[in-house]
Amino acid sequence: MTFPPSLADTLAGIILMALTAYVLFAGADFGGGVWALLASGPRKAQQRDVIAHAIAPVWEANHVWLILAIVLLFTCFPPAFSSIAIALHVPLTLMLIGIVLRGSAFVFQSYGGGGGRVFATASLITPVLLGTSVGAVASGAVEHWAGGKWHGFYEGYIAPWVTPFDLAVGLFTLTCFAFLAAVYLTLEAKETELQEDFRFRAIAAGAAVLAMAVLGLAVFPDAPPVDKRIVAVAAAAALGAFWSLWRRRYKWARVVAAVLVTLIVWGWGFAQYPYLVPRVLTISDAAAPRITLELALSAVLVGAVVLLPSLYYLMKVFKGRNAQGSFE
Amino acid sequence: MSDLLAARSQMAVSLAFHIVFACIGIAMPVLMVLAEHRWQRTRNPVYLDLAKRWARGTAILFAVGAVSGTVLSFELGLLWPRFMEVAGPIIGMPFSLEGFAFFTEAIFLGIYLYGWEKVSPRAHLLAGVLVAVGGAASGIFVVIANAWMNTPTGFTLANGTFTNIDPIAAMATPAAFPQTLHMTLAAYAATGLGVAGIHAFLLLRNRTSAFHRAALTIGLLVGAPAAVLQPFAGDIAARYVARQQPVKLAAMELLYETRAGAPITIGPGIKIPYALSLLAFHDPHAVVQGLDAVPRNDWPNVPLVHLSFDVMVALGTYMAVVGLWAGWLAWRKRDYTTRRRFLWALVIATPCGFLAVEAGWMVTELGRQPWIIAGVLKTADAVTPMPGLIVPFTAITLLYCALGVIVAILLARQIKQSPQT
Repeated sequence: MTFPPSLADTLAGIILMALTAYVLFAGADFGGGVWALLASGPRKAQQRDVIAHAIAPVWEANHVWLILAIVLLFTCFPPAFSSIAIALHVPLTLMLIGIVLRGSAFVFQSYGGGGGRVFATASLITPVLLGTSVGAVASGAVEHWAGGKWHGFYEGYIAPWVTPFDLAVGLFTLTCFAFLAAVYLTLEAKETELQEDFRFRAIAAGAAVLAMAVLGLAVFPDAPPVDKRIVAVAAAAALGAFWSLWRRRYKWARVVAAVLVTLIVWGWGFAQYPYLVPRVLTISDAAAPRITLELALSAVLVGAVVLLPSLYYLMKVFKGRNAQGSFE
Repeated sequence: MSDLLAARSQMAVSLAFHIVFACIGIAMPVLMVLAEHRWQRTRNPVYLDLAKRWARGTAILFAVGAVSGTVLSFELGLLWPRFMEVAGPIIGMPFSLEGFAFFTEAIFLGIYLYGWEKVSPRAHLLAGVLVAVGGAASGIFVVIANAWMNTPTGFTLANGTFTNIDPIAAMATPAAFPQTLHMTLAAYAATGLGVAGIHAFLLLRNRTSAFHRAALTIGLLVGAPAAVLQPFAGDIAARYVARQQPVKLAAMELLYETRAGAPITIGPGIKIPYALSLLAFHDPHAVVQGLDAVPRNDWPNVPLVHLSFDVMVALGTYMAVVGLWAGWLAWRKRDYTTRRRFLWALVIATPCGFLAVEAGWMVTELGRQPWIIAGVLKTADAVTPMPGLIVPFTAITLLYCALGVIVAILLARQIKQSPQT
């Protein structure tokens, strides 16, 4: 990668940032649904209550990060969008159904319409499909489709993403979302016992993230190689996350958990650089004409001026005052 | 069912479902803000109750709108990848701007719905205003993208490749102004009169309820002016269509032959002479292009486009009359909340706006066929190569039917719980 980055690289980076924000914010909302499904013990009802209250005011705003990533992708890199949309039609459609079920069931539940189980189940399945789709892009499913050396529906549209690696990425995504949610929920819970419930879940999910990462490196040696420096910093962040959870420094835990997951997303991004769709389209191959990229970048910059203060205000109103613990 | 028809049907179902929630998401915040503003001015608790109850209903509808909108942003590529490959660089701009506008809407809706106790009254009202502005802006941006499909501009097409791409010129496409005006008014008219109609029904059962009287007034305040202005916006739109999309106009008006002094066909054998030339060009002798100007293969589904158009016009006319009636009663300072005939007319108007919106979209989308980008790319050439598209079509249809039923039940419950006094 050159410095300063090209216009196309910059926009690809912005899309990756939008995806990262989606993972950090909306991912945690999905993770919350997982913990609602797995709620257990004497404080089962309170756990679900905390989760619902944490998600309610922010999930729709958090969800828009995905829409932003998608519109920027089809504006700035149209052939990448269309080839992914063709090759991964099936998992993406299933993911959309999951998104619709999760969102509507959650709001139905909030307004007394039931649907708690649908909300929780969709929260479990949707991240797996999202992760599987990302894994499929990274591992060359689109190349398989574009190569055209396949016969029939199964070989063309199912087999490319139903691979051990892609499904493993799906499960890994789910685990990361659950980990983030549990860490954030330690700050949403007001009673110490409830905090302990989520602390325990955060440590368990963090251990699962770590185990899956190590196991993944061993089982899939052909996976796109992640930059060693990113791995080193991520390992430090993981240690930091365990340490702060152990010492009940929840605000620190939130920061390092977010850093850890950010590094995982960016590790994937850099691993496939300069390809946007591995082995099919590089960032510069897929880029729209310069005028489109310039206008998109201007829209992002102007949009950010409106968006970032608004988001900060939203988070301050709903996540500032309730927060327990402190930076000690 | 062919894959092309399945893809078109899936897109139609997704849009027809989403547009109802999108209209409500644009207009309901205005009603909520008006109610809250009156509460802050008058301290009459009825208005606070109203703002809070409307906010609860809006929360459900907005959420379904947000997720069904996400489905659409993906479906553009899942169903029409070749279209997005061509159109993305040209009309990605309004979609990106829509992304930011919708973001603003979602952020401040969260603050509005859950921040009653957490932010100052002034900040809360301002959040509501921002939701309304964000909603209107995102609707306008999306409609601009659609307008471009009807009257594509901002590129040069030579030997199948698109050069000289100019996204700003694409956004300034001729159809943008009439379509965004017509659609924005439609959202306010449909939602305003829809709300007024529901409360009119409840007033008929309970004449003295201050709650429903207040609700009726605010609904009319938004819906009636929009409904009265809509025929004028429709006239502007029709004249643009006559010039820019003559085939669509010919299908709308069942005009098979190009002729001067063209009539309007209302029913079999019933024609108003010169009316079409007069309406489309404001000149009774103007030449109007008929369907004979293009080969048969390039005709849209003429009977369906014509029927949809007439349904839209009939519903819109009825709503404009009800809107004028409301204006007349208000001007004469009559108490319209006790006039049974007027209240019944409003009850009948409740679904009319939404049905008109659906019919209007059928006119503009079916009327453009067989093109996905008018004159540039055929719908059949844009569809995904994936086979078996009837499966996702069926799945999405069943999903939306179920959601529609649940939303209706939840809203009916909300309405039943509304105060009796």
